This record gives sequence, structure tokens and C-alpha cells, in this order.
Amino acid sequence: MSAHSPLWEVFIRSRNGLHHAHVGSVHAVDAEMAVENARDVYTRRGEGVSIWVVPSTAIVASDPADKDELFEPALTKIYRHPTFYEIPDGVANI
Amino acid sequence: MSPTSDRLLRVADGCLVLSHRLSEWMSNGPTMEEDIALGNIALDLLGQARGLLQLVGDEDQLAYFREPQEFCNPLICELPNGDFAFTMLRLLFVSAWLAEVWSTLEGDAAGVAEKAVKENAYHLRHASSWVVRLGDGTEESHDRMLNALDGLWPYRGEIASEQWYARIEPVLTEATLPMPAADAWAQRSSADGWHTEHLGYLLAEMQSLARAHPGATW
Repeated sequence: MSAHSPLWEVFIRSRNGLHHAHVGSVHAVDAEMAVENARDVYTRRGEGVSIWVVPSTAIVASDPADKDELFEPALTKIYRHPTFYEIPDGVANI
Repeated sequence: MSPTSDRLLRVADGCLVLSHRLSEWMSNGPTMEEDIALGNIALDLLGQARGLLQLVGDEDQLAYFREPQEFCNPLICELPNGDFAFTMLRLLFVSAWLAEVWSTLEGDAAGVAEKAVKENAYHLRHASSWVVRLGDGTEESHDRMLNALDGLWPYRGEIASEQWYARIEPVLTEATLPMPAADAWAQRSSADGWHTEHLGYLLAEMQSLARAHPGATW
């Protein structure tokens, strides 16, 4: 059946307040089936409180061949990491 | 046994037997996703059966050491799976019955029902969407749904009520399937210990391990 049923990317929000995170993909012929399949495959152990499904064809991906120009420049810019700040005592959860 | 125990056992046996039937789809589902879905539903039903069997007596004794004629599941639960259309329409019919059952159980069973009512709502939804998808699908899937309807309708007698017909009709309509007559002939015999020939084979498989190794644990 997978030959006839498109692929959908599945995003699960594990708790209220967190963001949806990509967890995998399912085959389904329509959006309703995609949500049900995602529920059955990816939330069997209480992983989520919300599901998004997106047709895989709607995903626009970067080209691996472009990785040098896209990602390489960031590697040498360590000052973008927030690691040069002194964190005052008493500040929790940072 | 008391009327209450009789009723609980009937529901428990229905869940147990249908759970076993659905588990037969494992590794044979039309897609991996549906394979897991059927497994989830089978496990839900098994949990519901266990919850009720524990209220009636010793769950292992009841599940593994009764003879076919002592089981009182509705006959529709023990019918072989047939094709996927038959399996889904049967799940719709049984889930529509259980929706009514779970909302009316009282006393100790209400605890089991509280969890089951949510699980069953999903089973009903899953089965409904497949019945609509196949009934209103291709010529072949529509024909298979019609065959399933022909085969299952006589077995509605033990589970149907006004509420049941009201649950089923909109799904069949949306699936472009005919709603057969409510007063058409129906089987009604599982409560008297009569079963189809299929239950014996099902139990032979389900009970063989417990009977070969009584009290086995792992």
C-alpha cells in the first residue's frame, strides 16, 4: 500500500509548554489516517499530548552539497555561544 | 452466577476473544502502521478483559481453563478475521456495542469502564474511518465492505440496540453502504453456550500454553 500512500512527517509535543519535535514519519492516504497512524506508532508509551503531521513533500530541505557555505562559517564564531558570561549566583534554570 | 457476573463475563469474553482475533493480524497488517494500530487495540481489549475477569474470579482460570461452551462472548467476536474490510466492520460493530456497555457499567466495574471508555472511543473512531475509507473508496474496497456487511449483519442480534443502530447508521451512510433492515434475521445463541465452530480453534491456540504448563510464569 505504501506505493499508493504518501509519506507524512510526524511532530510530537511531549508536554504542554514544550515545542513539537520531529519524531519520524508514517505512510497514510489522508491527513486523518496520518494522525491516527502517528498516534499508534509514536505515542504508545505516553510520549505526547499533541501531534502534528505534515506531508513530507511540503518539507523544503537544505542541500547536503551546500553544507560548507551554510554551516561551516558558524563553526569558527565561538563568540555566538553564550559561554562568556558570568552567571550571577542565585540565577536558576539558565 | 449472579446476573451481574453473567453480564461482566459476557463483556470480558467478548473483549478477550476479539483481542485474540486482532492479535492474529500481527505481522500481517496491510501496512506497518496499521499492524501496530491493530496490536494497540488488541492490547487495549486484553486489558479490559483482564479488568473484568478479575472482578468475576481467577482471571487465568477463566481465560485458559474454560471450555468453548462456557464462554459467553457474542458470536460476532469469534468469527475469523476474513479480509481487512471484514475485520474493520466487525471492530466498528463491536466497538459501538462496547461504547454503550462501558457507559452503563456500575459498581466495581465502573473503574475498568472509566479507562475503557476512552480506549473504546479511539477504536470506534479508527474503525469508523476505515469503514468510510473503504466503503467510499475503490470499486473493490466497496465490494469487500458489502461482503463484510452481508456476513456480519446476522451477528448483530446479540449486541444491537436502538443506540447501536444510531451509532452505526451515520457511518454506513458516509461509507455509501446500505443500512440493512434492523428486523432482518439474526443469530442469538452465545448466551446459551452455543458457538460457531470457530471458537474451539481459537481457544485451542489461546489456551494451549497455559494448559501444557499450568501455572507457568516468565
